[in-house]
Amino acid sequence: MECSFGITGKDYVLLCSDTSAGRSIVRMKSDENKIKSLGPHLAMAYGGEPGDTNNFAEYVERNMRLYHIRNNYPLLPGPASAWIRRTLAESIRSRSPYSVNLLLGGFDTTTSKPHLYWIDYLGTKAVVPYAAHGMGVYVSLSTMDKWWFDGMDKKEGIEVLKKCIDEVQKRLTIRFNFNCILIDADGTHTINIESEDPLADFESKTGSAAQQEGIEVPQPPIDVGVTA
Amino acid sequence: MNSVLTQLQPAAPHRMQEDDEFQQADSASWGSMAGFGNLSRSGGVQGMSIPRVSDPTAFLDLHTDNMSSNPDAKIKIAHGTTTLAFRFKGGIIVAVDSRATAGSYIASGTVKKVIEINKFLLGTMAGGAADCQYWCTYLGMQCRLYELRNKERISVAAASKLLANMVYQYKGMGLSMGTMVCGWDKTGPRIFYVDDDGQRLNGDLFSVGSGSTFAYGVLDQGYKWDLTDEEAQELGRRSIIAAGHRDAYSGNTCNVYHVRQEGWEFIGNYDVNELWYEYEAKKKAAREEAVAGASAAATAASPMAVEQ
Repeated sequence: MECSFGITGKDYVLLCSDTSAGRSIVRMKSDENKIKSLGPHLAMAYGGEPGDTNNFAEYVERNMRLYHIRNNYPLLPGPASAWIRRTLAESIRSRSPYSVNLLLGGFDTTTSKPHLYWIDYLGTKAVVPYAAHGMGVYVSLSTMDKWWFDGMDKKEGIEVLKKCIDEVQKRLTIRFNFNCILIDADGTHTINIESEDPLADFESKTGSAAQQEGIEVPQPPIDVGVTA
Repeated sequence: MNSVLTQLQPAAPHRMQEDDEFQQADSASWGSMAGFGNLSRSGGVQGMSIPRVSDPTAFLDLHTDNMSSNPDAKIKIAHGTTTLAFRFKGGIIVAVDSRATAGSYIASGTVKKVIEINKFLLGTMAGGAADCQYWCTYLGMQCRLYELRNKERISVAAASKLLANMVYQYKGMGLSMGTMVCGWDKTGPRIFYVDDDGQRLNGDLFSVGSGSTFAYGVLDQGYKWDLTDEEAQELGRRSIIAAGHRDAYSGNTCNVYHVRQEGWEFIGNYDVNELWYEYEAKKKAAREEAVAGASAAATAASPMAVEQ
């Protein structure tokens, strides 16, 4: 019972994930962050088999960090997606595969383009303008088909995301809380999608990559002076 | 088969030898990618061996009732429990029942389901009793070693992650445990839920086991951060009693612990049945009093009566 969304816009990408964690029918936690920051301009929303998810996400996080330390620049979204896909593809052919599905969102600082990848546990990778994983697929993909268009600004993108979440709340028997981030040229920002005007809250927090609660940022922040 | 010749021959190599990474690797290295140095050679740490069959998971499934796909299996693992822990103003309350069942048989009514890892850390036991006991004891060892190496106490986050990493290595092989690692460290009171999936959750309030839903029902409704120590202990106790009453696999007695900055304290052991009827009597008395009070108030000129 999980649900995550990704939406690209003109100069940003939105990632959104539910925040529940539990076992069988019991929800044991309703504020679990299931979006992991993998670098200054890269993050993923992950879900799947409990245990595997966190383990895999941390494994990816550390490898991305290692790459950054070794090369003094972070892996761009494209190559990062290839590495993650390959890791999962190798995993599915091993004795203990990771059952993790994820949406990888990133902002390519060299071309100033947003990127979104839909990746599943089988090692399938699709480059997509918008995507969903989990229960959201059934109710909100059509919503995105209808309302998404190329080159949306932030306000329009958040509107689409709000529609998706609204649909999930309306049609699924389970009630979710959502956690949302936005990645743009300035870095990764937390968005309070449940507020009346998420964008106003976001803009009031200045342009500096205001890393707020809800998203784990690589510690210590990596500042190497070279942006890709 | 038993001829002298066959007996003289060297044992056939095990057919899974290549795959069997746990046999191959130094027993000290599991649970940590970096290994634990030469600790294993001093005798203490021994790797847990897995069944020597091609598919240990299927093997276990066939012979135990562990994975619930085969409830008729001959080996009934002792499980069925209610455990709970919650954080509040005054620290952490840990409350558990004491019943161990093997199938429909009550194997014991005096199980200690709170495992005292050290002065500041408690583990709770739900799922397979053996798995919980073994791994929490092992965690206790690792925590002590951490303390000796680093000259400071391990954080609850780190301790629970040691446990989560250890059980994650055995994922899918039939381990059965749901444990809450509770303690007080530099960051204050912390609770981590760790289970056999390898899942590890940090939180304020957890309940684990077959009776957990019943415990949640009382706990969630009575919980707030600003409980006094007495209220909190009572809430933990009341929740376990509620579960002990409704869940056939929980009951007998209830153990309550309170974790404070100075370490944990054992509050007491309470009989579930006795307390249940005590609560029932209190409820009845309170109701009668309320009814009597209401009728007395009704005879007097009450504002409500005027309104009507």
